Amino acid sequence: MQVKTASGSNRNDQGKRLPRKKGSRKSRLVAWVFITPAAVVYAGFVLVPLLMSVYYSLLRWDGIGKARFNGLANYVVVMTDPDLLQIIGNSFLLVFYFTVIPVGLGLAVASAIRSHMGGPFGTATRTILFLPQVIPLVAAGIAWSWMYANSGLVNQFLRAVGLESWARGWLGDFTFALPAMGMIGAWVLLGLCIMLLVTGITKIDPSLYEAARLDGAGAWDEFRYVTLPGLRQEIGVCVTVTIIQALAAFDIVYIATGGGPGINTTVPGLEIYRLAFAHRQVGLASALAIVLMILVLVSIAPVQWFTRERKQ
Amino acid sequence: MNAAARSLLARALIVLLMAVTLLPFLSMFSAALAPSGTYPNGLEWPSDPQWINFVKAFEVANMGELLKSSALIVLGVVPVSVLIATMAGYGLAKLTSNRYKWLYLVFVAGLTLPFEAVITPLYYEVRALGLLNTRFAIILPLIGLYMPFSVYWMRAHFLNVPNDLTEAAQLDGATRWDEFWKVQVPLARPAIMSLMILLFLWTWNQFLLPVVLVRDPLQRTMAGALGAFQGQWGTDVPLLCAGSLLILAPTIILFLIFQRQFVAALMQGAVKG
Repeated sequence: MQVKTASGSNRNDQGKRLPRKKGSRKSRLVAWVFITPAAVVYAGFVLVPLLMSVYYSLLRWDGIGKARFNGLANYVVVMTDPDLLQIIGNSFLLVFYFTVIPVGLGLAVASAIRSHMGGPFGTATRTILFLPQVIPLVAAGIAWSWMYANSGLVNQFLRAVGLESWARGWLGDFTFALPAMGMIGAWVLLGLCIMLLVTGITKIDPSLYEAARLDGAGAWDEFRYVTLPGLRQEIGVCVTVTIIQALAAFDIVYIATGGGPGINTTVPGLEIYRLAFAHRQVGLASALAIVLMILVLVSIAPVQWFTRERKQ
Repeated sequence: MNAAARSLLARALIVLLMAVTLLPFLSMFSAALAPSGTYPNGLEWPSDPQWINFVKAFEVANMGELLKSSALIVLGVVPVSVLIATMAGYGLAKLTSNRYKWLYLVFVAGLTLPFEAVITPLYYEVRALGLLNTRFAIILPLIGLYMPFSVYWMRAHFLNVPNDLTEAAQLDGATRWDEFWKVQVPLARPAIMSLMILLFLWTWNQFLLPVVLVRDPLQRTMAGALGAFQGQWGTDVPLLCAGSLLILAPTIILFLIFQRQFVAALMQGAVKG
């Protein structure tokens, strides 16, 4: 019964719409004309390759010979192989340097300098702090490999302040290579985070700060109860951007350490490249690629949820 | 007094930050002036600055060709990407009903996709197209890979354009096509400019695609060429530093000239992306 009435009313609706239908079909056509070019390149060079990645990840294939169906075996390897687990772990360690340091330090710096960003001094600050965002990451990698070299600036500084024993080839050191690598990312991302956070702070209603001061709030209370809540969205942006940069790192690692020493600084992006093009394990490389994509999504989903939630 | 002290502290902090940001560049610069083939110190003005290193690096890196190659790739990527993304953004914002929301969601699903996730199939796809080791191997995939952000960006712009404009244009008898070009595109100029700056930077600095898909450094982007340059001259620190600075120079000069636009674009890009 219900189905009948439903379909009946549907037919009625269609009847009513009939005069306009020609127009709507035409406008739908126009919409497709506008959307199709972008959709085609997107499908051709993103969606299709993504599906191929999923397909390859189920194969055992050296890229040349015959491929064999391998089920989920490649995923099992990604989840259990100690080297691959360490490599995935490395990228999460990088999150600490790429995300926690720039955002944490950025918050402190931004609230300290919030009222000093006007005039030519502010412009100069903005320009310089943005420099690392403009240059290729490859260049940051080269510059910092030189900074960390035996005769580089970091060691020169340590020797100058009497810490000779600390001087070392940082990027070749089993203990310090990964932190040193992480600090390159922190250097690249700190400026961006500071600028985003400072801009966010200037959008906070100044009367809130005034009220806090009238209530006798100290600098910490002001930060805790006015700045931090007001920056929820900006913090979310910084965290999202930097997490993606950390998990999907490739350029800096490729240039600065090539993943060494051992696999101490190897990250999934670099390992995918190696597996697929040097070791000819296309299936395993693709499984790792899919896992990486999912890891990025899973890592930033809570950030997005958390920062959007209370905004409404 | 307290306020004055705080202000001084803030300024000192800013200066310290600027120093930390600039030191790697200065260190590279001082090393670039040391005699080629030596191991200079981190930051030390050489007694006899070898400006000739820059000339040498210019020739060794084949800078003229590199600039041309990067420019060709940017010219292949940016105008097309911006055009089709603007069209799609307009189409998704103004010409489709809620029933086509899924299409927009499919586009933005690619926003967080790491390029590494598709690089392997892209290699086989580009090879099958016979484009391996040509600039098109970088150009075509990049256009596709930029679509999620670009479409998202332009749609966000067009959503904010009031519908009255469309109605007014239609009353004048304009077709959608006319309206797009004569009304919407001129109004979208700021959004388009920012998008162009971002895509220019991302293309110029793109590293993964050139490394995987193009063997000849002279057919690559600047960043890809820089990688090859490091591979070849990595042991000659002064030459490497001189070459790296040369390869960086064009972007930095552009950035300094259009500082305001670049900063605005990068900030909005981060916020929306």
